[in-house]
Amino acid sequence: MDFLNAIVALSNFVLVPAIAYGSQLALGALGVTLIYGILRFSNFAHGDTMAFGTMATILFTWWFQSLGISFGPLPTALLALPLGILGCMAIVLLTDRAVYRFYREQKAKPVILVIVSMGVMFIMNGLVRVIIGPDDQNFADGNRFVITARDFKQMTGLDEGLAIKTTQGITVVVAIIAVGLLFWFLNRTRTGKSMRAYSDNEDLALLSGINPERVVMITWLIVAALATVAGVLYGLDKTFKPFVYFQLLLPIFASAIVGGLGSPVGAIAGGFIIAFSEVTITYAWKKVLTYLLPEAWQPDGLVQLMSTDYKFAVSFVILLIVLLFKPTGLFKGKSV
Amino acid sequence: MSGSAYQDDRGNKDRSITKAGSPGSATGARRKGTAVPAPGGPFLIGENMTGGYGKGPNILENCTIAVDEGEIAVIVGPNGAGKSTAMKAVFGMLDLREGSVRLDGEDITSLSPQDRVAKGMGFVPQTSNIFTSLTVEENLEMGAFIRRDDFRDTMEQIYDLFPILREKRRQAAGELSGGQRQQVAVGRALMTKPKVLMLDEPTAGVSPIVMDELFDRIIEVARTGIPILMVEQNARQALEIADKGYVLVQGANAYSGSGKELLADPEVRKSFLGG
Repeated sequence: MDFLNAIVALSNFVLVPAIAYGSQLALGALGVTLIYGILRFSNFAHGDTMAFGTMATILFTWWFQSLGISFGPLPTALLALPLGILGCMAIVLLTDRAVYRFYREQKAKPVILVIVSMGVMFIMNGLVRVIIGPDDQNFADGNRFVITARDFKQMTGLDEGLAIKTTQGITVVVAIIAVGLLFWFLNRTRTGKSMRAYSDNEDLALLSGINPERVVMITWLIVAALATVAGVLYGLDKTFKPFVYFQLLLPIFASAIVGGLGSPVGAIAGGFIIAFSEVTITYAWKKVLTYLLPEAWQPDGLVQLMSTDYKFAVSFVILLIVLLFKPTGLFKGKSV
Repeated sequence: MSGSAYQDDRGNKDRSITKAGSPGSATGARRKGTAVPAPGGPFLIGENMTGGYGKGPNILENCTIAVDEGEIAVIVGPNGAGKSTAMKAVFGMLDLREGSVRLDGEDITSLSPQDRVAKGMGFVPQTSNIFTSLTVEENLEMGAFIRRDDFRDTMEQIYDLFPILREKRRQAAGELSGGQRQQVAVGRALMTKPKVLMLDEPTAGVSPIVMDELFDRIIEVARTGIPILMVEQNARQALEIADKGYVLVQGANAYSGSGKELLADPEVRKSFLGG
């Protein structure tokens, strides 16, 4: 019984939140890794692209709510998501036209694009704050829980409860669908294969008649969709605050690099590795250990390795370790 | 590539922010010209070509290279003679300062390389001539990217020509041996059903046995009726199978004639074939 309680407590406080957070990071890291594979630079504006897409979705959610439209037990934001994605695609394509295309025409070195993306990051960040304000926005509605801790306890008769929030369930389902669609697109469709070909060998892709500008445009569209989905899921699960999205850039980059930049599978693995490390290292293990260990060994303290304030440090320590021992990432990042 | 601030990467080698390898370097890709009818002459000819890379000095000086239907034409010459450059000039990856390129009765000098592919040129570059992370089959599919019709027949023909590729079609092309990679590269170029095939040192870096096999395959391709223009390091072997040979020296035609004539020419033998 104690063992079961320990597993339930572990699931409730570590596994479920980490899986949800990992899915969000994985979706974010996929966007970063696609830009890296196709446009050859690390897009520092990715966090703020997520913020923009989420903001667009929130605005549409509010509009739907004012019209009295709801999605039953599910959050209204899911209905607004396609419109938010369109909004994000528009801003991203506009940015590409106005900014990045110029540098492509100059055949600028990728490192210059990295700095350019920083400029885009600041502008997009400012834009989001001007439009929706710098404060917290909670836009989740519908049922809060798929299963509450109390229901779980009654159902199983255990001392520990397992609560699964609706947003966590949605996160996992939507992430699986998004990743499935992305892989199907990249591996099965003519356009997807042409993107991989372009990422592999630009000159040869050109000689095969693949239009670079089209590949770049489709990449941005996919990245906008992924960024919006990741941002909305994170916002539903926690809360939307522009500055937090700006900070999310750090674990997202850590995920992409740990997995191997340019490798979509790596981005997903990296997202979960970072998420699980952050959650396990900042979790107070006292409760789980109390169930598992004999009475004499039970800990007095919280057995929390690090306070949650340091969670970004965890991503970076893992990043450093991976870069030291396997500089190309766990899944050798060669190309998309 | 100096002079432009955009080309200065300030010594950045950080692969966690920028991807390694060179981005697309093909010049001429943005060229937007049209083909002009110019009847007469050989099937494919680069005539009096003069030009070099960017604003640099001329590498080609009045160089002429041609291939006719059903022929194999070979370009040989010492290192740095401009053999590959001549090939790139014919394919449009170099801006010509003088001269013209004509294919099948049309002047295509102002066409971009990708437009020339659509016109029926197949080109196999010397290096990075396959998509290493794609499977063999995907490489062939990408070769047929400009085709909107059903290309399964063509793919079958290529598998018949290179049976090893059928066996390895689900494997990443980058995992194949040097000779097999070259077969993928040639197969990729054949997928468009080109009217002329251009090979830039197809036997570079493969063992002598594989080299013989590749030459056999190239002759087989030529027998299907596709004219072939190729650059070769192994001058003697290449001239043996050539209907037409060009010896380039310092970007200009030094000798030309049929393969047999060149092999018999004492001057050519002395300077390029080692006696």
